[in-house]
Amino acid sequence: MSVKNLIIIGGGPAGLAAAKSAYDEGERDILILEREDRLGGILNQCIHNGFGLHTFKEELTGPEYAARYIDEVLKRGIEYKTGTTVLSIDKNRRVTCVNEEDGLQVYEAGAIILACGCRERPRGAINIAGCRAAGIFSAGTAQKLINIDGYMPGKEVVILGSGDIGLIMARRMTFQGAKVKAVVELMPYSSGLNRNIVQCLNDFDIPLMFSHTVVEIKGRGRVSSVVIAAVDEKLNPIKGTEREIKCDTLLLSVGLLPENELSKMADVNLSPVTGGAIVDDDMMTETDGIFACGNVLHVHDLVDFVSEESEWAGARAAAYIAGKKTTGDKVAVEAKDGVRYVVPQYVNRNGDGPLKLKMRVGNVFKNVRLCVVCDGKEVYAKRKTIVTPGEMETVTLDEKQTRALKNCKQAVVCLKAVEK
Amino acid sequence: MKKVLIIGAGVVGCSVARELSRYDVDVTVLERENDVACGTSKANSGVVHGGFDAKPGTKKAYYNVRGNAMFDKLSKELDFPFKRNGAYVLCFDDAKRDGLKRLYDQGLENGVKDVKIVTGEEVRKREPYVSEEVKGALWCPSSGIVSPYEMTIAYAENAAKNGVKFVFEKKVAKLEKAGDKIKVVCEDGDEYNADVVVNAAGLYSDELNNTVSEKKYKIVPRKGEYMLLDKTAGYLTSTTLFQLPTAMGKGILVVPSVHGNILLGPTAADIDHKDCKDTTYDGLAEAFDKAKITVPSLTKKQVITQFTGLRAHADAGDFVIGFAEGLPLYNLVGIESPGLTAAPAIAVDASEEISDYLGLKFNAKFDPVRKGIPCFASMTENERAEIVKKNPLYGRIVCRCEVVTEGEIADSINRPVGAKDLDGVKRRTRAGMGRCQSGFCSERVMEIIARERGIDMTEVTKSGKGSEIVIGRVE
Repeated sequence: MSVKNLIIIGGGPAGLAAAKSAYDEGERDILILEREDRLGGILNQCIHNGFGLHTFKEELTGPEYAARYIDEVLKRGIEYKTGTTVLSIDKNRRVTCVNEEDGLQVYEAGAIILACGCRERPRGAINIAGCRAAGIFSAGTAQKLINIDGYMPGKEVVILGSGDIGLIMARRMTFQGAKVKAVVELMPYSSGLNRNIVQCLNDFDIPLMFSHTVVEIKGRGRVSSVVIAAVDEKLNPIKGTEREIKCDTLLLSVGLLPENELSKMADVNLSPVTGGAIVDDDMMTETDGIFACGNVLHVHDLVDFVSEESEWAGARAAAYIAGKKTTGDKVAVEAKDGVRYVVPQYVNRNGDGPLKLKMRVGNVFKNVRLCVVCDGKEVYAKRKTIVTPGEMETVTLDEKQTRALKNCKQAVVCLKAVEK
Repeated sequence: MKKVLIIGAGVVGCSVARELSRYDVDVTVLERENDVACGTSKANSGVVHGGFDAKPGTKKAYYNVRGNAMFDKLSKELDFPFKRNGAYVLCFDDAKRDGLKRLYDQGLENGVKDVKIVTGEEVRKREPYVSEEVKGALWCPSSGIVSPYEMTIAYAENAAKNGVKFVFEKKVAKLEKAGDKIKVVCEDGDEYNADVVVNAAGLYSDELNNTVSEKKYKIVPRKGEYMLLDKTAGYLTSTTLFQLPTAMGKGILVVPSVHGNILLGPTAADIDHKDCKDTTYDGLAEAFDKAKITVPSLTKKQVITQFTGLRAHADAGDFVIGFAEGLPLYNLVGIESPGLTAAPAIAVDASEEISDYLGLKFNAKFDPVRKGIPCFASMTENERAEIVKKNPLYGRIVCRCEVVTEGEIADSINRPVGAKDLDGVKRRTRAGMGRCQSGFCSERVMEIIARERGIDMTEVTKSGKGSEIVIGRVE
């Protein structure tokens, strides 16, 4: 058994940013554990550009964005192990991991940062009937096959779900000579970024069909077609609207799920809405000394926000190890009236510094005000011409507003209609 | 040396192969698919039935009860997962309680041990998630669960160890009588001569018999659709939950798997096509809705996959076991439920009968023991540390959900009757069987298959020819 002050689980954008800032905060005894053979996480397969506009004020590809943070980690000489899978953690911060060279290793950690990212919702979870032929891929798997391994998954493609990876893959497969016949979206709106709909579908005349779903997959051996149908308000397929589309490939981009298998082992309380841990404004979960950031906490749409959140988590974990973390009473921040969730869920009353609240709405709303209400009093409001579930909203409170929130009994984040 | 050809590498064919390998005889198994357990044996409820359900006096009843009793020893000998978890048959209507009594009496007559009728409260005391509507139940403690494909694989590996040969992707076109022998003609033109042919062709066992026998059979494929729930739903029941049976079968059950998942299904619909393995929107809805009658708190959120299995239902009703009139053709036709439970006992009798017919001697070198692939996921910390020291590939986790290592995957490909593709690896190691359903690991498993088998990535399949996963290199 070895002892480590800080163990960071995951060497993707969240883990790298957390490591960098924990170091800059004075912590030197850090270990990053990464299951893939290189650092960088999912960014390594995201070879399109559009990363880093907020962080670096320039457009980078995924690997370029990752490289900037990997450089920072290497420059600081932070220890990391790749090809290493964490098998278990517990609430006493005992970490068991395994790799080829060192075998099974057990660590006792002063603090743990969960930075394990998310995974894609599989076909089974959405109950599509039909065959179990080859040719059904999650969009991320197809992305890895093309961008990392250099193999084409198919040539005639239907994509179910208009999440960002699905949109990006529509363009990527088109670039490689495949015909993307349709992107089919169950909801009446897309969960992807608007810029991706424009740049990945509209520019290539790929039809995006809202309120439709795939009801059947046909084929022996390999997929030969899919049957799509319109859905009613309750999202049930409408009989008589079925239409068969010939294709050899079905890509699924039907949502991302924070990967919290390890968190559960350590009795970390999870939010049923985000699928990630419940945290305070220091990004610490309700299990002492275990922090969470990035997509394992809640699914982000921009890596820039992952980095920002994780740098904060890294710094606060370092403060915790140094015995400087804020403790004491906390105020709950509630999501209401159109707002699906807010992270963090709790704010330390005697913490310092301005506060950032991240949230997603539950539907498309136009002409609304995004408000923070403390004990019935509006302390923050911002007018929005449109909010959608696909785009995360961030509310940055100034010092006065932060103080109002920390001193109130009940804090609520909600949407209000704009009065005409 | 006398020659026996077994047609079909499902649980019936593989168990007969293994039992025959106790004798000094040349045994070859011909299988149309590229692996064992590719038909009914991979897609069923995995229940080792108690034996109260079969009509007294039938072969189904006899082999069910005898087969059931063999599982404790057999699962240790062949190292496959089996658990005697007990089963309830639930009655939701006081007016139908006589149905329970009938099953109880039938159980006693068939020789099933320790069956009893219990109250709804007693059921819920053991299984608190069972519906309040349950008025009473039959309790059968000898009922069990098994992984049907792992059992078949275990049989096949042990058979291979004892000299049985397996030929895959070999579709038999017809049988011909050749004096006191029998000729097997394959679709690709290959021919085999055998002293005895064992017909273990499952869904196709009628057609195979009908090419040469006077007596004709008809198999009606009976389709059953299933839903598989995540292991996090495992708390819902530890025992097998039947509803009172109907003419079409044992009804929709809620049953744990030996690996801790929960299985719902099967539906029952007679269909025309023997290669139809599609699930349907309505079928899945029926499986779910009826299962919810048993366990009202079920939610679709925990579903990780769906599948269809076809039962080989013979119009005769009972199992057909034995030599066809005037032919060295040993028929095993219509081995539908409780066929999985019955297979070990059927195999013993079939091999004895064939041995008597051919006048065989015992194989002095027969080794009944088969060791499975060391399973990293179920090891203690010390065992894990040890195995990684011995084989560093055990330190590389490939499937995150089921914690399957590269060592296990490589072993599954390289052992006798090894895996050839993604589904073969999945059935042997559980890689890709978990909640992400191979999203993360399929590409890694493909690489390992390509490397270990010395083939190109474009040749790697999901389940046999025509199911290639990638179509070519990116230009």
